[in-house]
Formats: sequence, C-alpha cells, structure tokens
Amino acid sequence: MSGGEGRRGIVIAVASTVVFFTLLAVAITHAPGWPEVRRTFFDWDQFKDSLPEISRAFLLNVKIFSIAEAFILVFALLLAILRSLPGPAALPLRLLGIGYADFFRGVPTILVIAMLGFGAPALRLNHVPLSTTFWGIVALVLVYTAYVSEVYRAGIESVHPSQAAAARSLGLTHWQALRTVVLPQAVRRVIPPLLNDFIGLQKDTALVGFLGSVEAFKQSQIDAAATFNYTSYVAAALLFVALTIPLARFTDWLVLRDRRRRQAAGA
Amino acid sequence: MRRSFALLLVAALAFAAAGCGGSSNKSSGSSSSASCDKGDLNLVNAGQLTVGTDNPAYPPWFGGNEKAPWKVSDPRSGEGFESAVAYAVADKLGFAKSEVKWVVVPFNTSFAPGPKKFDFDVNEISFTPARAKVVDFSDSYYNVNQAIVVKKGTKIANAKSVADLKPHKLGVQIGTTSYQYIKDNIKPSKQPAVYETNDAAVAALKNGQTDALVVDLPTAFYVTAAQVPNSKILGQFPTSASGEHFGLVFQKGNSLVRCVNKALSELKSDGTLQQIQDKWLSKVAGAPVLK
Repeated sequence: MSGGEGRRGIVIAVASTVVFFTLLAVAITHAPGWPEVRRTFFDWDQFKDSLPEISRAFLLNVKIFSIAEAFILVFALLLAILRSLPGPAALPLRLLGIGYADFFRGVPTILVIAMLGFGAPALRLNHVPLSTTFWGIVALVLVYTAYVSEVYRAGIESVHPSQAAAARSLGLTHWQALRTVVLPQAVRRVIPPLLNDFIGLQKDTALVGFLGSVEAFKQSQIDAAATFNYTSYVAAALLFVALTIPLARFTDWLVLRDRRRRQAAGA
Repeated sequence: MRRSFALLLVAALAFAAAGCGGSSNKSSGSSSSASCDKGDLNLVNAGQLTVGTDNPAYPPWFGGNEKAPWKVSDPRSGEGFESAVAYAVADKLGFAKSEVKWVVVPFNTSFAPGPKKFDFDVNEISFTPARAKVVDFSDSYYNVNQAIVVKKGTKIANAKSVADLKPHKLGVQIGTTSYQYIKDNIKPSKQPAVYETNDAAVAALKNGQTDALVVDLPTAFYVTAAQVPNSKILGQFPTSASGEHFGLVFQKGNSLVRCVNKALSELKSDGTLQQIQDKWLSKVAGAPVLK
C-alpha cells in the first residue's frame, strides 16, 4: 500500500463521515415534528433540573451491578465447572446445570425480576428480606449466572483436551488439572466476553426499577411523568453511556492486546 | 473499485436524506373557528369522539362488567365517574352514545410527542403548570385530595398526623401527584417506592414491602374495598392552597379544548356534573383529614 493511497483513503473516510452525519442532522431537524421533539426531549432547563436527582439515583444502579457482578463471577464459574464434570456418576449434576442455564436464559429478565420481587416476599417467610432491591439483585444474579456460565464453559472447552490429558498423565487429579492448567488459560481467553456481559448487566440494573426501587431510569420516569417532558430520559441515558463506554473501549483494547500477543507468539 | 463504492454510498445517502427532509408541514389545530357545532369540531376521526384511557379501567372511575379489550370494568358502559363525565361531555357536543369510541392509552403515552390517537384522554390526570406546557388541559372536572391506605394492625395504622408517617416506607404509583406530595409534605426518612402501575403498588402493600400506599381518595376507597384485604384509609391529606384537580388531556393547541370547556361549564351550571359525582363518588366525603 503506497502513502498516496492511504491519504486518499483517509480523505474519503472523513468526507463520507461528515456528509453522512450532516445529512442525518439535516433530515432530523427538518422533520415536521422536530420542534416538538426538541421541546420534549432536549429541554436544557429540564435537563439541569433533573440531572442531580437522577445522578443520585444512579448510585443505586452502581450498587446493584457491583454486588451482583461479584456473585455472578463466582456462581457462573461453579456452574460451568459443574457442567464440565466427567464421568457417568456426575450426570444428574450436569443435567441440573443444563436445566438451569436453559431456564434462566429462556425467561425474560424482567419476568424473573417481577416474579421474584413480588412473589418471594408474598411467601411471608421469616427472615426473608422484603427489600425490592435485594430481590432485584437476586434475579439479576440468577439470570446472568446462566449467561456467564456459558462464557466460562466456552473458555474451558477452548483449551485443547491434550493439555488436560498431559496434566493427568503427570499425576494431577481432575480437579488439580482444572485448577492449575485449564482454568487459568480459559479465564484469560474469555475476559472480553465477560466484560461484554458486564456491560449488559449494567444496563439491566434499570429493570430493578420495576419493583419500585428508585434507580436512575425510575427517577427519570418520575420526572417525565411529573412534567410530561422526556428530557430526563436523555439525562439517564447519558449516565449509563458514560459508564459503559469506558468499559467497552477497555474491552476492545484487551481483545487487541490479546491478538497482538498471539500473533507475536506465532511469528 | 472500493473508491467507486464509497462515492456510491455518499450519493445514496444524499438521495435518502433529500427524500425524508422535505416532508409536508401539516399542523393540527389550525382551525380556530368560533363554532362548536358538531360538524366544525377538530376530531381525530370524523364523525366520532375518540376518548382515551388506560387499561385496566378501575372503579370508581369506570364501572360496568369487564368486556374485552377492557379489564376490570368497561368504559363503554357509561358507568363510573369518568365514563359518565365523558358521555356527558359528548352529549353536550352533540354526539350520540354510539358515536363515542374508546381507545386504550397507557398513562405514559398520553403525553408522548407526536400526533395523538384520541380527541381527549380521561385518566385521573392532575393539572400542573409544567404538564400544561406539553399538553392542553380542560378545566377541572373533579377536585381531588390525596389519601393514605394502610393495613389494619400495622404500626403505621396508629399514626395520627402527617408527621407520624415520616419513619415509614411509603408506596406510590408513578405519574401521580402523590409522589410529589410525599416529597414536599411528608418528607419520609426512607426513599418511597415508586411503581409503574397501581397493581404493583397494591401488591407491594399486600406483601408488606411498603407500609402504606398514597393514592387519590376515590381510588383509596376502591383499594380498601376490593384490592387489599384488611386495609383501611388512614386519612386524607389537607387540601393544598392552590388545590388539585383532574383535567381532560388534549393535543397541545387543539381547538377542541374550548368547546369541551364550554360543555363542562354547562354541565357544572345545570348541576349534571354534581349529580354524576354524587352518584359515583358519594362515599368520598367520609375520610378524616390528617393534620
């Protein structure tokens, strides 16, 4: 590739991007309903009024995903190990693992949250917490454990069987081989998809609001309903994006670094 | 090859944008004719009055037996306070009962920007100046008070004043002015729980996840009578200086508002509105006021 062609490529890329976004902006701002949309979604005063309270409510989202993620990482790994247990005797455990993953990946998250959040406290058992946030976190842990266990499992299966076989031939038990040979490689390989699920979890904390907990989205709904103005939604969206974008870029960087290392090792 | 593709892409984008930029500029509510004759009204569907409300339709606002697509009751029955008000307004505007069509409009979409699918929405929506910037409200058809529902035998059931409510977990439905009332006047020590629907707020009260439910007084009577066993209305809150009232909701700038206000004022002066209120909301006067 010569330098001239590279430069021409950059010029075309810039021109194409500028033309695309200019036309998009023109199309949107000339739409017949634009003044109404601007008034109801992009009202600066409304934004300033609602942002402090939504930011405070956003702390609850941060709390929810921080607690949930810690449990998910542990439980999902246990589930993945359960599903990779060898031998006919472990069949019931494997079936349990498969059933769990199928069920919780199949049921919409909001349904799990609604059923647990309103159902579990209705049992009126002693010592069962009534807090809606608690049940929201439990629901998220259940659902995301199913997803994340699949990620771990893919990682475990990506480690060539000869590695485990070699470890066993050196006298390691199945558990020792798993812990010292397979898992360290597996986990490192799946860090990018793990972070991807983490981003998904961050967004799904908004679903906990369904139970009455006032997190960022619920707070923005309260503001929207009080004023009939949706600018508070935009404020909440910006807060979520501000949190997920750094994580997304970090994930990209990890993928790139991993690829470079492997290419370097191959050469 | 690649360069020509890039040029093609740019050309295609330009074409697409030109296509959607030049839409027609129709605006609604432009006819400001003085007449409120049936034929001159600005309507979503010609020849019929299209009225929106949320589903399920709860007593005492709506009555009659449940009939699809409506749940719990049926706005088309003419029974229940808001159904009766809607038909009375329709009658004053010159519509027969058969010319009134009901559409399901969830509360959250009643104020969404863009064209509305109803002529007016009747859904216990309180007037506030902020809301009136986005939609048009009719004059009041009901002056409302907020009330608090608790379960009998719980700690909060012994509360005697607004101040006694402070340490408790309160629940409200989103979009009601009850939430604002709690924040401004009760100032509880625990963050109140806010639910999308009244059903969810009621479920939480039943489960003991909240200690009390703050709703408008007529709804409070329905909640205690039909939705939460062993519950009672602890009291209603003192009316604020400016008062709170429900209004019918219209597309901003709709010329129909003036004619509906004319109909409402006739219904007030000839006593019809009071009769409807006495018939469907008669029990409401009985709740003690919490100081």
